Amino acid sequence: MKATAEVATRAAIARRDSVARRKGVRTAAFRWLVLVVLILVWETVTRVLGSAFFPPPSMIVVRMYTMWFSGPPSTLFLTDPAIEHILPSLGRMAAGFAGGALAGVVLGLAVGLSARAYDYLDGVLQFLRAIPPPALITVFLVVFGFGLKAQLAFIMFSIVWPVLLNTADGARSVEPLHLQTCQVFRLTRAERLRRVILPSTLPKMFAGLRLAVSLSLIVMVFSELLPGTTDGIGFQLTFAKSQSDLTAMWAGIVLLGVLGYLLNELFLVVERRVLGWHHAAQQLTE
Amino acid sequence: MAGQADRGQDAHVTHDLRVSAQTLARARPVGTATRWSRRAAGAVAFVALIELLSRTGLVDPESLPPATEIAARGVTLVSDPAFRAHALTSMLAWAIGLGLAALIAVPLGLLLGSVPIIDAASRSVVEFLRPIPSVALIPLVALLIGTGLQLRVTLVVYAALWPILYNTMYGLRGVDPLAKESLRSYGFGPLSVLLRVSLPSSAPFIMTGFRLAAGVALILTVSTEIVAGQGEGIGVFIYLAGLAVPARMTDILAGVCWVGLFGVVVNALLVAAERRAFRWHHARLGEPG
Amino acid sequence: MLEITNLSHVYGGGSPNAHHAIEGLNLSVAAGELLCIVGPSGCGKSTLLRSIAGLITPTGGQIKVEGDLVRQTPDNLAVVFQDYSRSLFPWMSVADNVALPLRRKNMDKKARREAAHEALESVGLAGAERKYPFQLSGGMQQRVAIARALAYRPSLMLMDEPFGSVDAQTREDLEDLVLKVRGHHRMTIVLITHDIDESVYVGDRVVVLSKAPAHVVGDLKVDLPGPRDQITTREHPDFVHLRAEVGRLVRGHAAAA
Repeated sequence: MKATAEVATRAAIARRDSVARRKGVRTAAFRWLVLVVLILVWETVTRVLGSAFFPPPSMIVVRMYTMWFSGPPSTLFLTDPAIEHILPSLGRMAAGFAGGALAGVVLGLAVGLSARAYDYLDGVLQFLRAIPPPALITVFLVVFGFGLKAQLAFIMFSIVWPVLLNTADGARSVEPLHLQTCQVFRLTRAERLRRVILPSTLPKMFAGLRLAVSLSLIVMVFSELLPGTTDGIGFQLTFAKSQSDLTAMWAGIVLLGVLGYLLNELFLVVERRVLGWHHAAQQLTE
Repeated sequence: MAGQADRGQDAHVTHDLRVSAQTLARARPVGTATRWSRRAAGAVAFVALIELLSRTGLVDPESLPPATEIAARGVTLVSDPAFRAHALTSMLAWAIGLGLAALIAVPLGLLLGSVPIIDAASRSVVEFLRPIPSVALIPLVALLIGTGLQLRVTLVVYAALWPILYNTMYGLRGVDPLAKESLRSYGFGPLSVLLRVSLPSSAPFIMTGFRLAAGVALILTVSTEIVAGQGEGIGVFIYLAGLAVPARMTDILAGVCWVGLFGVVVNALLVAAERRAFRWHHARLGEPG
Repeated sequence: MLEITNLSHVYGGGSPNAHHAIEGLNLSVAAGELLCIVGPSGCGKSTLLRSIAGLITPTGGQIKVEGDLVRQTPDNLAVVFQDYSRSLFPWMSVADNVALPLRRKNMDKKARREAAHEALESVGLAGAERKYPFQLSGGMQQRVAIARALAYRPSLMLMDEPFGSVDAQTREDLEDLVLKVRGHHRMTIVLITHDIDESVYVGDRVVVLSKAPAHVVGDLKVDLPGPRDQITTREHPDFVHLRAEVGRLVRGHAAAA
């Protein structure tokens, strides 16, 4: 009797999945259609208005192409400005993110694993996180001087707090019954940490990392908007502003939007791999 | 919590065993008073550390003045009318921007979350607008509307919109269909279902979104002011002091401390409000900070 | 096997709302016995079990497992908790869940895998190794938890309301599973339940606890003809009589006979 019930639910799930998939394809098509229509409307309105402030999207795309992506095949079609500005931006962001995230995870685990350490540091950490990172940019410039070191330190400092606090929070909220199970089966400390505490921390850790991804893009751009920078996408934005080159500014914004989108998608792919069990389990309990 | 769990009902036993993850020893239940005194001790130690680093010269005192000096400057700044004007302008921009963002995002989220066709139609726009890092818009918007209060408010609205919008929609998705159906079965229309069931049950999520937005809004207020570099605002104050470093390093850090304290207080108030208003809602979700 | 003398436990000792969960409890369990402990809800059954498992340190009295005083979790002791959804690790496959405790047993990877497979087979879950807990029904998840305890080959298995969170049909299946596996593995089982019928059906012996602070108010030998069967055993006159007896004890009436 149970077996038949199980088969029945499985069939129901399969049916639901296939319906959902078909529906998914349809909504995706619909969304793209809407997007195309909206871009056409945008194009028409800007052409009719003819305002210098709002160049039509076709012009923005053409500018993006000529400015960055019309290079020779030997450089993967990247132009010199692309190599000079986009790559350093991405490199700084990646390095800053990696450093900040690593520090945040390690420190977060350390703080979260000891109830006492957490109590002592909680207030200070909340304060450090509440400081809008841009307010401290000058301090970084004074300490590290203009250039790469200051920018990296700034990005790391900006993202370390959300990662740290979320990781600590995750490490603190390990299911008590899981810990008791470990104790009953006499697992060693290292085994507990690696097989139980770390996996339990992952969902919250990833929530923090996700925040850090978008934050690192923001602070990367911010650090490049300031006087004294000589390259980067943010620098191109300020340069375009000084030249009143509206199309170039729009191109920079669209590029950053696309980068933000891609980074988020990339992050989601990683998250789905690592946290598959978590999402699946959550969906079932919902 | 301690008193509640100590009743020793079988169902409560698991909560009663406060096991700390590392030692798995039963951590002695720590009272609120102890926790606050520990927090204070941590803060004092932090301040002392900065004082020490600076006084001993381990860190160049020009880039990190002693904590006591920063604190003293922080106190004198409060009575400085120019600083007060900077601070008030920033708070105004922050509050207006955050308020507008909520006024736009909550109804919009309710609309997108409850009418699938509108959601599907707007989803692609939302997905393409959201990833644009808000600070990248500063130069363009500054060129379009100037660098006054309107610039900050616009960017704060733009940045604060997303967390509220997304949390509202997320909250709506989690509404118990049974609750909606039961109301509908009593002959209530879709609008009253929205207002009586969907809105209240997604309220905790909206509140969380609002709290996240408050932090983002603060970042954007300061960023915009620093990039604009003129007029009034705490960011402008920090920017101008930055032009005269290291002489005015203490000013910068004192200003930063005020901003940080403001952020902590706002966050704590919102967390307290959430706890108070939504005790029924078990916050099962990771709260990205 | 298990000796409990004069056990007592107080939560929040010293404070005005201190709660006496257990007071003056004496109990001894022979090797190979299947003992069921029943009592009204909130009477301190779980506190007793957690004390035996070394998860909490009782405030008074002694617990000895195989002659050794319990200070931390004894060797060769396994626990099956009521809440399988929170005691299984959701990020591990079923096989990994079962094999995890074997890391303490000096077994290589292959031996661990085989032991896990064998244990899963004995609870009727052969072939579910690579699944994740969330892909299984509640009853199947509890089977995994039982398999995890079995694979560990404990000499004492504690079960804390193991069937409290499953539906009636599954509950009966799991009761029979416990009876079946104890036939295969020589071990002592202490099963805590609030279900009077279950205690009589599964146990060799039923111990009834009083309301908190808990102490033993009844100790009955269950002498029912084997093998037990969900239908025939439950209509057996002895079963009906015992169950009434236990019921009276649980409700606080003095035993008549």
